[in-house]
Amino acid sequence: MPKAKRYEFLRRLGHQRAAVIGATIIASLALMGIFAPLITPYNPVKQDLVKVLVPPSSAHPLGTDHLGRDILSRIFYGARLSLFIGFLAVGLGLAIGVPLGIVSGYYGGWVDIAIQRLVDIMLSFPSFLLALSLVALLGVGLSNVILAVGVSTIPSFIRLARGTVLVVREQTYIEAAKAVGTGDTRILFRHILPNVTAPVIVQATLGLGMAILMASGLGFLGLGVQPPTPEWGSMLGEGRNYIFSAPHVATFPGIAIFLAVLGFNLLGDGLRDALDPYLRLA
Amino acid sequence: MAGIGPYIVRRLSATLVALLGVSLIVFLMVRVLPGDPARVIAGLLASEEEVARIRTQLGLDKPLYVQYIHFLGSLLRGDLGRSARTFEPVTREIMHRLPATALLAVTSSILAAVFGIGAGTLAATHANTFVDYFISTTVLFGISMPVYWLGIMLIVLFAIKLQWLPAAGAEEPTSIVLPAITLASFSVALVVRMTRSSMLEVLRRDYILTARAKGLPERRVIHRHAIRNALIPVITVVGLQFGNLLGGAVLTESVFGWPGMGLLLVESIFSRDYPMVQGIVLVFAFLVAAVNLLVDIAYALVDPRIHYA
Repeated sequence: MPKAKRYEFLRRLGHQRAAVIGATIIASLALMGIFAPLITPYNPVKQDLVKVLVPPSSAHPLGTDHLGRDILSRIFYGARLSLFIGFLAVGLGLAIGVPLGIVSGYYGGWVDIAIQRLVDIMLSFPSFLLALSLVALLGVGLSNVILAVGVSTIPSFIRLARGTVLVVREQTYIEAAKAVGTGDTRILFRHILPNVTAPVIVQATLGLGMAILMASGLGFLGLGVQPPTPEWGSMLGEGRNYIFSAPHVATFPGIAIFLAVLGFNLLGDGLRDALDPYLRLA
Repeated sequence: MAGIGPYIVRRLSATLVALLGVSLIVFLMVRVLPGDPARVIAGLLASEEEVARIRTQLGLDKPLYVQYIHFLGSLLRGDLGRSARTFEPVTREIMHRLPATALLAVTSSILAAVFGIGAGTLAATHANTFVDYFISTTVLFGISMPVYWLGIMLIVLFAIKLQWLPAAGAEEPTSIVLPAITLASFSVALVVRMTRSSMLEVLRRDYILTARAKGLPERRVIHRHAIRNALIPVITVVGLQFGNLLGGAVLTESVFGWPGMGLLLVESIFSRDYPMVQGIVLVFAFLVAAVNLLVDIAYALVDPRIHYA
């Protein structure tokens, strides 16, 4: 993006109140995660069996869980993990989905047909079920969760990139580039890719929220990142056993997930509006 | 309506190809597991003879493509094998659990459609007012909220604190209320968004201007002219949401102990009952494909303006 355009884009983004709120939430969560070792009052995995299921107090602002661990500290460390999972999973989906989509849209023919059939098959599995099936096969744990969630985001990136390329491909400047003998590689990188970037950024931002939601859903079922690692979904899953006696254990991790997803949704919606002139592809 | 016939055939064949692919992936699922699939299916405690018997019984000693053809043959007969946990036919257990999931999914879809269309219409007819902002903010919250957390919060409020509704199970007629609301929350939000934008689009049209110009009361303009046209894309969204709804059903059923296929899936994953996992994943994929196909065909039939590309 040229400098003037970039400035214009940032100005538009700054005017999107939703995007600013979203970015603030995400930045706060990221800071919480990065500086967790410095700012958390307790060790997130240290048990204190004398103080189990303590309701929120000045010593433990969000209370303690069934093993006496400080919930606030666990949520701070959980931010680190949730964002890490989200970025890596979406990165994986993007790295595989976007090139496949571009190739599918640009070359057409049997390549397109083959890739589109693959997408059809993947879309026959609801994305959460796809992730769930992959974890069922691969086993639980951090890397498998990232892989499972990442794979389930691939079809949406393929569809999006392909759709955009189909529009761009018909533009006169592509025809002109071809007429003067520009090679496919140069056209793809110089003319097609920049057009795909804007919608992909929007999709990736919204996808981050979905990825966090999915990963914590797996954690909630006990099929995600395993205890004692502080992960929001598994904290919520453990907390549901105590909703009668100590509802705060399930409440706060849920609020954390909600805020993270809300942040990415606000930012994604704001980006979409700010990038709108570039989304028109004219 | 020339062209609809070939369109249906094309759509149907694409669905069949996708389902064939799904069946291949599900077939390979157990085969790519490390170790001996016969051992996996028999369970760790089974004797060597038992494992050998299962290997022959399942035809695992034959080449892979022969196994796949057998697998497809069994599928067509509705035979999904036997559960590694209960040794009951997988099909029978799934059929036993299917009605509960179907009831939950249909109830949630109806809730999502009724509330979503209502709120979406309200937001569109009051665009850029407080009502619109309120609805849009609620929708954003709905999309961002983890369904399982919402479910737990509803249990805390309505079952524990107020004691109005049962917290779990499906024994009482009111048991479905909380799971259905929980599951509907995400879809409601999407339906509101879609209805709002579709209504705003329709309200800009000339025939709405004409209807208003000839002096029709606003209520009649909205009900008779706007909603009917705005609903076509919304119904598609409700249909296409079905897949996500089933994904959400797994979580919702787990929260509420609702005895459907989603809960069975999670139980089967934990007990490493791979034939059951295979069967449920296949049935879910089949349901999604069937609903998507029906939605596409219904869309083509309802709206003569779409061309069957």
